[in-house]
Amino acid sequence: MAPEALTTLPRFVLRNARDLTARPAIREKDRGIWQTWTWAQYCAEVRDFALGLAASGMRRGEKLSVIGDNRPRLYWAQVAAQVLGGVSVPVYQDSIAKELAYVWNHAEVAVIVAEDQEQVDKVLALRGELPHVRLVVYDDPRGMNHYRYDWLKSFQEIQELGRRFGQERPGYFEAEVAKGAPEELAFVCYTSGTTGNPKGAMITHANAIATAETAARAEDFRVDDDYLAYLPMAWVGDAFYTLIMSLYAGFACNCPESPETVQRDLRELGPTLILAPPRIWENMLTSVQVKAADAPWLKRTIFARFRAAAERAEILRADGQTVPAWLSLQLALGELLVYGPVRDQLGLSRARWALTGGAPLGPDTFRFFRSIGVNLKQVYGSTETTGLVSLQPSTEANPTTAGRPCPGIHVRIADRGEVLVKSAGIFKGYLKNEEATREVIDGEGWFHTGDAGFIDPRGHLVIIDRAKDVGALDDGTPFAPQFIENKLKFSPFIREAVAFGSARPFVAAMVAVDPSTVGNWAERRGIPYTSYTDLSQKAEVRELIREEVRKCNATLPDATRIRRFLLLTKDLDADDAEMTRTRKVRRRHVAEKYAPVIDAFYSGRDQVELTTAITYEDGREATVRARVRVEDVEGGVAAHV
Amino acid sequence: MSAQVEIRDVSKSFGGVQAVTKVSLDVDAGQVFSMIGPNGAGKTTVLNMISGFYHPDTGRIVLEGTDVTALSPSRIAARGVARTFQNIALFKGMTVLDNLMLGRHVHMKSGVLKSFIYWGLAQKEEIEHRKRVEDIIDFLKIQDLRRRPTGSLAYGLQKRVELGRALALDPKVLLLDEPMGGCNHEEKEDMARFILDVNEEWGTTIILVEHDMGVVMDVSDRIAVLDMGAKIAEGTPEDVRVDPRVIKAYLGDTRERAGRHGA
Repeated sequence: MAPEALTTLPRFVLRNARDLTARPAIREKDRGIWQTWTWAQYCAEVRDFALGLAASGMRRGEKLSVIGDNRPRLYWAQVAAQVLGGVSVPVYQDSIAKELAYVWNHAEVAVIVAEDQEQVDKVLALRGELPHVRLVVYDDPRGMNHYRYDWLKSFQEIQELGRRFGQERPGYFEAEVAKGAPEELAFVCYTSGTTGNPKGAMITHANAIATAETAARAEDFRVDDDYLAYLPMAWVGDAFYTLIMSLYAGFACNCPESPETVQRDLRELGPTLILAPPRIWENMLTSVQVKAADAPWLKRTIFARFRAAAERAEILRADGQTVPAWLSLQLALGELLVYGPVRDQLGLSRARWALTGGAPLGPDTFRFFRSIGVNLKQVYGSTETTGLVSLQPSTEANPTTAGRPCPGIHVRIADRGEVLVKSAGIFKGYLKNEEATREVIDGEGWFHTGDAGFIDPRGHLVIIDRAKDVGALDDGTPFAPQFIENKLKFSPFIREAVAFGSARPFVAAMVAVDPSTVGNWAERRGIPYTSYTDLSQKAEVRELIREEVRKCNATLPDATRIRRFLLLTKDLDADDAEMTRTRKVRRRHVAEKYAPVIDAFYSGRDQVELTTAITYEDGREATVRARVRVEDVEGGVAAHV
Repeated sequence: MSAQVEIRDVSKSFGGVQAVTKVSLDVDAGQVFSMIGPNGAGKTTVLNMISGFYHPDTGRIVLEGTDVTALSPSRIAARGVARTFQNIALFKGMTVLDNLMLGRHVHMKSGVLKSFIYWGLAQKEEIEHRKRVEDIIDFLKIQDLRRRPTGSLAYGLQKRVELGRALALDPKVLLLDEPMGGCNHEEKEDMARFILDVNEEWGTTIILVEHDMGVVMDVSDRIAVLDMGAKIAEGTPEDVRVDPRVIKAYLGDTRERAGRHGA
């Protein structure tokens, strides 16, 4: 097949089956053992399911949604839909019923492929509200014996149907693949907007393949690479690496056994490419630090000694200076004693490069991984750009920028500092929402990212905050809340933070402590606590966080330092609509919900009655009521009001 | 067709305490059969008699047509009766995997000598058993706990492993003694799900002793109510729910007791 014929994702399946026949395409850890499917088998699975969908009456342009953890069958289902000219609409498996119903109805999803009984039950509960859904398919048959509906089928049943359908119609599959056109939709990825209902970003095959070409030019992908597919399938990053990039470059994707085993599976597999949000890198560093602290004196000392040496060297390297010979010698010894073993423990020993994106990563964490020899780099992208705008070249990795715009991607900074992007990867628009599309794609085809940023002298893109959130204190000092929140979140004890200050005399912040690290800290000091609420209101914990806020303040200009803060009695949660599914603060909603807190911040009161509603995953609601202290970072309020 | 487990007029006393008086129960194959009743009603004693842990003073117990009244617990286990304990009976220092593998012991045939040599038969057998144990691990969704020492797990998870250990025996009849005792709401829901799934997927007969009335009403096909060592009612959940004797003896009584214990 000529390269110009590779215009849709299903065509890559055929190419891979022909050219990479016996090479591994996807693996799944099942019953404790990694099971492998080759590209030939991958293609056969996709073919049988696609034909089964055809036999069940799937028409071109119809939408298929997958819900569940990362499973090979759910990936095959997405490609199978695309074979028939259908569109994949992956959804977040932890969404509450209302959100699922909205997406499935808005996208007019006709077929849902669910991982197991738990996910099927969600569909069942909503069945009456989903007029477009015609067929529901499940992967894991456990507990499904007594489910008897003619619209509910197992994955095997559909494939069996497909095999019979295919025997009667030789060449049907290949003909369907050949019908596909690059401008047809491949995915509709719902972006959990920070305001209002989610919007469905329409990504075409042309967008997907253009972005894959860009990524392949900017970064080193190899056919024998291993990638761990553990991030939510509904997130564009997973669709891009596990489906688009894997099909394009032919490398193997690996599905962990369960979300709880990811850490162990990572170690067993030792993937060569890793993409992880900052939270995962922070958790890894925390686990290393906890283990180091629990180690015997000798090990602890060796670890601390060589870690310090590595970080010294990393700082020199980042500054472009040469590493002195005696330090190089220490590094060589450290590689043997510390860095290599730590990388191995974390499952990073084979990683040629690792990416972090979605949110800023603390400089300390970033430096730690670079210093022990992990080629960690920042990437920037969004659903609307098919997940890729800029990337740090291996030699220019640093914790502050979002990297260099990738080849073929044009980046421009608009008047108010907003980052604009133009490339072949820019999405087609929001599904059934012309108005929102016009707001983000202008007449000249520039996509308005909504992020405020600038290009630094080296040519790297630097992102500061969401453009619409950048405001000013009442004396005119510019104020970027996310910039401050991220600095707070760099503390291992702080899980979430929301900063206020727009048109106010000073900056104040609500802080949600990290229950695992703060809980551990409290246990080590013999401070008893019962619940999150109790822990967050301990005098010692308030003092601990005050110190963390002081550290953060030291890195901020005087005018935007945090003057007052408060510890929330519960973590911010997507189920309570306080955050998006990708953990971005829904600022306007939070400001309304916590109006009494904001009022207390600026009226100088030192206590506030906080009533918070909690929504459980099954939709039940409860309220937590507590009297919460408002803390001053330095001295009394009078000092700065 | 006669019942899979027949309990005929069994009585048991400990010293001067009459724990169980002339209780008869018939449990059909594939049923979820629950025993409820206030503390000290004799539910666990009946369970202990079925598993051979106690022998009844009078009466008899018939398992699939064979009288097993006088058999030892190991003999009864070999006939396909497994149980879980109210106070978790696992080897706390051993991993979850090892505990489950041990649960397969009744099916292991290699003797000391063969096991010592290991290669060949014993190894093949080990692999066979590991497959079954992996099915159970997958079933109970404890893949992340394989190598964890059982003692380090949260209580609810230990209860789950305890169920897994009983399942490893491939039982025809599974006796569960308060599988939800001490569990939180979510753990109870999970456990109820697992019990139903075991029953549906493998057709295992389940005899359940449980205090949580909501769970019992939801999962049971039949319920027997015991009070002061005697059976006072038996029937479907609907029957039992409205039975005036049950309401008086069980619900009324527990309320009184709860008051006395200040719970």
